[in-house]
Parts: sequence; structure tokens; C-alpha cells
Amino acid sequence: MRFRDEYRDGRAARTLADAIARTVTRPWTLMEVCGGQTHAIVRFGIDRLLPPDVSLVHGPGCPVCVTPVEYVDKAIAIAGRAGVILCSYGDMLRVPGSGGDLLAARSRGADVRAVYSPLDALEVARRNPRREVVFFAVGFETTAPANAMAAYRARQEGLGNLSLLVSHVLVPPAMRAILDAPDNRIQGFLAAGHVCTVMGYEEYLPLAAHYRVPIVVTGFEPLDILEGVYRCVRQLEAGRAEVENPYSRVVRRAGNRTALAVMGEVFRVIPRRWRGIGDIADSGLGLAHAYAAFDAENRFGPVALDREATGECISGRVLKGECKPTDCPAFGTRCTPEHPLGVTMVSAEGACAAYYRYRSIPARSS
Amino acid sequence: MSRDDDFRLACPLPAGAGDTVQLAHGGGGRAMARLIDALIRPAFADAELDRRHDGALLALDGPAAFTTDSYVVRPLVFPGGDIGTLAVHGTVNDLAMCGARPRYLSVGLILEEGLPLAVLRRVVASMGAAATASGVRLVTGDTKVVERGKADGLFINTAGIGQVVAPAPVGPAGVEPGDAVILSGDIGRHGMAIMAAREGFGFETVIESDCAPLAEAVLALFAAGVTVHCLRDLTRGGLASALVEIAEAAGRAIGIDEAAIPVADHVLAACELLGLDPLQVANEGRFVAFVPGAEAERALGALRCHAPASGAVVIGAVKEGPAGEVTCRGALGVERIIDMLSGEQLPRIC
Repeated sequence: MRFRDEYRDGRAARTLADAIARTVTRPWTLMEVCGGQTHAIVRFGIDRLLPPDVSLVHGPGCPVCVTPVEYVDKAIAIAGRAGVILCSYGDMLRVPGSGGDLLAARSRGADVRAVYSPLDALEVARRNPRREVVFFAVGFETTAPANAMAAYRARQEGLGNLSLLVSHVLVPPAMRAILDAPDNRIQGFLAAGHVCTVMGYEEYLPLAAHYRVPIVVTGFEPLDILEGVYRCVRQLEAGRAEVENPYSRVVRRAGNRTALAVMGEVFRVIPRRWRGIGDIADSGLGLAHAYAAFDAENRFGPVALDREATGECISGRVLKGECKPTDCPAFGTRCTPEHPLGVTMVSAEGACAAYYRYRSIPARSS
Repeated sequence: MSRDDDFRLACPLPAGAGDTVQLAHGGGGRAMARLIDALIRPAFADAELDRRHDGALLALDGPAAFTTDSYVVRPLVFPGGDIGTLAVHGTVNDLAMCGARPRYLSVGLILEEGLPLAVLRRVVASMGAAATASGVRLVTGDTKVVERGKADGLFINTAGIGQVVAPAPVGPAGVEPGDAVILSGDIGRHGMAIMAAREGFGFETVIESDCAPLAEAVLALFAAGVTVHCLRDLTRGGLASALVEIAEAAGRAIGIDEAAIPVADHVLAACELLGLDPLQVANEGRFVAFVPGAEAERALGALRCHAPASGAVVIGAVKEGPAGEVTCRGALGVERIIDMLSGEQLPRIC
């Protein structure tokens, strides 16, 4: 398949891996920010092509993983109300709240629908004028423009029966929180390519300069990731800390101006809590004041954030890159995709799910 | 005058109700008799049905295979087929995977009140055509009607009986290290066709289901004298589930090569877009065959003469290794584990 196979070429991959091995003279620890990159790394075994001195740790870029449990509970509670249609992305439906997930709510009779775009939720609202349609809007900067467009169009059309339950988060504040941690061990970042497609990469320049870390805008195919690693270790070996963009076939410095304009119109930056990580200042998006009427928290009552329960799950440490899924004693035994203890085992972008799906686990056959 | 008009005039129901299924059609009275006589029996066209008896009387020589399956799909009609073709091909294929020549099918129809008769007519016509193409007879059946909201338009159950032609038992127990794993063609068409039709994705190319009868291709293996150890048609859960099920049941390890697995470009593009793994996407006209490595070429030659298996290829082999483990060598030469789908296949967020 064109535009895919050329980025999965085995020979080119080995050439890049060799170049990385020749460049590296000492140990380096890099973080790939996005869960999509984590899955590609584990699926294609990219980490196994790298020299032992290069460690890849997995970042917080799994949108459903970092959505606070209270928002899932709120979505389930709203879905249970008479006359409500709750729409969300497919992999959000399996995320466990404190008492089940949205699929379980559907089996109890709630009208819960998986949509492929927030604009589908808009269409559901148009077709069901007597029903309250709620779109559970989660994600990073990647899903924000489409979610913003749904709210924008609803306001333009005066569509009074659509509202958004928003739990949007932003990547750079999370990277800053990871770098500020006293025991941080991340020395370079593979930035999330699709986030940069929307946002551009100018916002990473002060991060790279302040924390003295290289940040390389990286795509999702094996060669993209190996190129990102190569550029990162080349900078580290040379003592440089710059923002580089080898993913230029997709990402421009200033991002997508149209997407940024609609995000600026609909959203404002607010503090957010990240599941497993905690509260991070200015790390999320909420609806702007002009869109307050479309906020499901205004329509159905606000989400009250409790102190996060600490159970056996170590997904918070996995999301911060402090440990690998296989470091968890419950991994693959008490915690599986069928019976997850945490969201990182559920989502298509969760690191634990990637390890479970693609790596051999002795306990699994028992 | 169209056949729809014929039917409406003949049906003793209130005006305006003649173009949809009514509860009376399942009531055991005249309305039901007319529905069966005017619409279903002509489509199935079998002498056994014309005897209007409580069951069919069949002749069989030697060992027989017997299977049943129920069919629910939304939408009822999709590119490449409909629920009727699925219901015939699916059961015919299950019989073929037992090493049997499909002979007889029963048909149970559960109709939802309000189902357009035009849809029912299309579906039963598809079933008749699929049965003819598969060399199988639809010899007995049943029709029920349930209230609106109690079914999703139309559910079908088919059960089938086939004449076993395999000289030795076919199944996971026969799988041995060194067996070649043959895949009959490209994967993922049915699942993506259904998803595209259901969700209204505006893909530039229409993806058609691979729904097809596989008995002729399978019987060709036996006719060619190939020692067939195991057969499995790929349905829900896709190639991944079929291989894991066989590896677990056989207590063997299987290794496959991702580069050898054919996936059509437009199917692959749709999977990439939605974050789905083609190995886990449903099929309705593909199967895997386990044959001794030395007989793989002969098996491929026999399979490729039959349309649904014209793209047959060897994708891997049975290995010594942990029981139940299926590994896949990826594009970069690194092996990964292949696992069954967990729960429902859901598209990713971004």
C-alpha cells in the first residue's frame, strides 16, 4: 500500500537501526509521547532493533487512559437519564468507571452510541430533536478541532439538544510535569506527530530550551519512529537540545491554522486532572464562556472530582514513564483486557494493552 | 403487474399493510400459508418443500456431518451479499470444514413485524440462488413473526447435513509440526464491508463482502488426494481467532509471516484509518487449511482452480513450541504474538 509500505521497509529500518547503534556511546532514555507510537513500537518490535543503550519509555499520550474516572461515571449517569442519547468514540465505551463502563450501561438499556466523528453526534442531534444528545468529548489536541467544530456548528444552527461532556487534555503541560518530577529520567522526547499536525511545534521550543531536552516531531510508522530516535540520540550525543521535525510530510511549524482557529473560538485553557497522574495546571481545554450553553456539565450538573483511589493498578507510573507494564505484578494475570484493573489495559493506545497483545506472557496460557 | 402487487392482492389484510410483514403472517393461518406459498416456497424451489409435510425425508450414504448457525447482521443487505447469502454460505462452509459435501439445509426465519416484504423477497431469492450455487437443497423450514422491536428486521437460522468425503477425520487433533498453513485468499473484506455499510463511511471504493461458498474448493483438495489435517473457515474474529483456536485445540505452536498474508489495498486503507487489525476483521468466504508441508504445492494447485480460493497462499507453518502460541513475523523481521480479539472490535479515538 502506497504511503505505508515504504515506511515499513525492513532493510531501511535496519539501516537506521545501525546508524543509531553507531551514534550511541552511552545510555539514553527517550520517551515516545503518544500511545499510537507505543503500539507501533511494540507491534513491530522497534525497541528490539535498538542498541541496549537506548531505552524507550512510554508516555501519557493515551487519551482515554488519562480521562478521570469521575468523567466516565458522569457519562454513565447522564446516559442513564430518560431521553438521553450519549455518543462517544468507540474505545471510550470500554473504559471502566467506578462501577462499570458505558457498554454495560448500554446493556442495561441506556442509549449509548459509538460514533466515528463528533459531527456524527451532531447529525444524531439533528435527527432526534426531542432527545438530549450528549457527546463525550475526550482526547488531546488531535481530536479537539473536530470536537470544537461540532460545538461551533451546533451553536450556528441553534441546535439546543446537543451538549458536550468535555475532558480534553494538552500535551506540552504533561511533558513539563514529567520533566519537573524530581526523579525524572527522560532525556529526550519523540513528540506526538499528529498533535503537532494540529498545533505545529513552536510551543515545544521553550520546553527544549528550558529543560535542555531534544524534542523530535515523530510519526507513527516504524521508519518514522526510528528516524525520531536517531535524531534524538544524535542531538544528545552532540550535547544539543533542539526541536527537529523529520515528520515534515505531515507537520508544519505553525500547525493547521483553520483547526487552531475553531479550537480558539470554542475552547479555553483550564486546569485538568489526569487519571493516574493528578492535577496539572493549564493542561486541558474546557468550553469557552460563549459556549457554556453547550456544556453538559451546565446542563446535567458538574463533575465532582474526588481524591483518586489508589488500588493495585500502577497505570499512573506507566503513563509517566516511571515503569513498564511488565513491571506490574498484576500484568497478564489479575489484569487483562477482559478484566482490566486500569485503563492502560483497555484502550487501543494503552501501553499495557500493547504489551499484552504483542508480547509473549508466560502467565497467559495458564 | 409486479410480483409485489400480486402478493398484496392475494393477502387478506387491511389495506396499506400488504407491503410489510404482519403478525398474522406468523399466526399459523391463511396469511402465513399465503406468505409461504407465494414468497418463500417458490424461492427455495425444492420437491421436499412441495410435499408440505412436517419434515423432510432424506437419503444419506455413510457418515454425515451436521451443523447449525444463526445469522444476525445489520444492515440486512450490504455490498456483496445479504443475510440470506450469509445464512446459506455460512452453514455450507461449516459443513465443508468438516470434510463434507453439503447436501441439505433447514431454514428458520424469524421476521419482525413491519419488515418490508420486498426485503424478505430479496433475501429468500438470495438464499435460493446461494443454495443452487452451493449444490445444496433447502428441504425444510419454519417461519415465525415477532412484534415490532423484538427483532432487528430478520433473523435466520440454518442447519445443514453433509456427506463426509474426507478419508480421515479433519480437525485440530490432526495438526502436526511441519504442516503448512494455507490461507485461501485475501482477508478482511466482509468485516470492513459491513462496517462501511452500517456506519455510512464515504470510502472512495466500495468494499464488497467476500461471502462465498467454499465447498467446491475444499472438495478439490480431497479430489487431488491431499492429506488434509485441519480446515477452518474465517468468520468473526478473523484469521487471528481461527489460528489461535486451532493452536490451542491442537496443543501446537503456529508461526505466520505477515508479508505473506494478502489484504486488498482498499481494505487495508480502511483498517488503517479505523485502527483495526486486518487479522482480526471478519470474513465470510475464506478458510485456512493445514496440510503436510510436502503437499502444500499440490494443495495450492487444487485450490486455485476455484474462484473463492484462487488467491490461496502459504502463510506459515506449524512449529515445535509452546502449545497455543501463534506468532507473526512482521515487516521488520521481529516476531510478535497474535491474540484473539478482546470483546467487540471498536475503532480507535484518533
